[in-house]
Amino acid sequence: MPASRFNNFTDYGIGIGLRAPHYHHILTRKPVVDWFEIISENFMIDGGRPLRILDQILEQYKVVQHGVSMYFGSAERPNREHLRRLKDLVKRTKTPWLTDHLCWGSVDGRYTHDLLPMPYTFEAAKITAQKVREVRDFLEIPLAVENVSSYAEFHVSEMTEWEFLTEVVELADCGILLDVNNIYVSSQNHSFDPHAYLAGIPAERVAQIHIAGHSKYRKYILDTHDHPVIDPVWKLYADAIHRVGHTATLLEWDDSIPSFDEVHSEALKANQFLAAESLATAV
Amino acid sequence: MKLLNLQRRMARAVMSPLTPSEGMQRVAPNGRRMRDVAAEFIKPNDRLTSFERLEIYNRQYWFRVLSAFAEDFPGLRAVLGDRRFDAVAKAYLIDSPSRTFTLRNLGSRLEGWLKKHPALAGSRHALAIDMVRLEWADIEAFDGQADAALKPEDLASANPSRLHLRLQPYIQLLDLRYPVDDLLLGVRKDEDTEFASNAFTERRKRKRVLAVAKLKPSAIFLAVHRLDESVYFRRLEREEFILLSKLREGKSLQRAIDLALRKSSIAMANRASNVQSWFHAWAALGWFCRP
Repeated sequence: MPASRFNNFTDYGIGIGLRAPHYHHILTRKPVVDWFEIISENFMIDGGRPLRILDQILEQYKVVQHGVSMYFGSAERPNREHLRRLKDLVKRTKTPWLTDHLCWGSVDGRYTHDLLPMPYTFEAAKITAQKVREVRDFLEIPLAVENVSSYAEFHVSEMTEWEFLTEVVELADCGILLDVNNIYVSSQNHSFDPHAYLAGIPAERVAQIHIAGHSKYRKYILDTHDHPVIDPVWKLYADAIHRVGHTATLLEWDDSIPSFDEVHSEALKANQFLAAESLATAV
Repeated sequence: MKLLNLQRRMARAVMSPLTPSEGMQRVAPNGRRMRDVAAEFIKPNDRLTSFERLEIYNRQYWFRVLSAFAEDFPGLRAVLGDRRFDAVAKAYLIDSPSRTFTLRNLGSRLEGWLKKHPALAGSRHALAIDMVRLEWADIEAFDGQADAALKPEDLASANPSRLHLRLQPYIQLLDLRYPVDDLLLGVRKDEDTEFASNAFTERRKRKRVLAVAKLKPSAIFLAVHRLDESVYFRRLEREEFILLSKLREGKSLQRAIDLALRKSSIAMANRASNVQSWFHAWAALGWFCRP
């Protein structure tokens, strides 16, 4: 949604992920970019070059934090050291809202560093929502959870993925980072209608949208963030914008990263859909 | 199945070592067929069996952690060679999986682990340990904490016998047996060389390692530090190393100097000027911070 309590009443435009190969270009050319998304964990350190670069970026750009290892869906309690470092970074970046994934990835203190899929059960929704609340209360900032791409489903699931997402965000009273590429990838891997997914979630809770490319294999699709966005994902994005309104949008490109200009122009393709929606709303 | 049980079950499968052909093991450690184990909690679909769906995550896990490990320890790879390095990486990560939210810390326990498993590094065990220590120090120095630098006025009325100088937290002090600093810089240079074939680069790396491995071990002292956010290796005299180490331990300036020079071979007449020039260099590098 446009400005709402889930993105701290901001109205950000189109951003791209801040990645090391682009640091020099950004700091020397100072391109006009609405905002950058950073991977929180890359900057949850004590010092050195990454933080110096971040401070330089913060002087000139708006930055939003995106995490990859809070694991809201892990059955164990949040790691206190992780929370402490994350809060330090939140103070540094003044991110208006913060996102991480609706997944799990650690158990008994051992980390897989992957975004593992949730079983869609009421028990899991309750545990996850409780953890989202705990993290939000500690960080004192709006949180949004991101739907992940998945390659497996569990026998124990009691609902669809979008029903589970809805259950969690309603129980936690938090926002959604809607990744339309992930919806597309999972819809292909699990044979569901991605438009039914979009229709099934609470649109008013969408704080931000992700778009990205992926890799297609013979029997499944992997969420690799190493290609341009494909047409079916743009169509899904248009549908998402139509449903949730003009929303802060971010292009993720994490592997085989091309030039800054190429990444940025791919992201700016979102403008045509945002403009069309604004026009439709105006008339 | 309760959430915790399901997650334990899946993590066990995901973190199990791959087969030599990079597939999921056919048999679980308890002797059960993995396809039966997977079928109990993962749904198949019209294209993939439960086993194949679980295998995607098993493969992703290992590709991710092995690639992060290899990125952190290119010097160790050069010392051990590809095959032995891969065996060390897998054995270490099975024994010592990540226990923090960041992959940055993946190699934090490698030195201790490798010391307990000398056979894995073969005849180059001591060289491998030195290289691991240096590569881990490099990671720590890269993003370690930097505190406000000491200013001359902080020392204005200081009494040396009571003055405690604090070393920047990011500085790593190492006592080594092999000149792995030169070796690591050489390995990095080889890897950065454009236009060279892989075979040429590998041959050159092997030659570099062989040359160092043949050396008779002798004490080398090193500070791994940061300047303008880049990490550098600076060789130290034995006395410099002791002095800096004692300061880090919290000894007073006077006591640290006494300990450093206790068994020194530096001529009495030169000691004062040496100490003065060391401090001059260290201060210029911003190595001290405010107490």
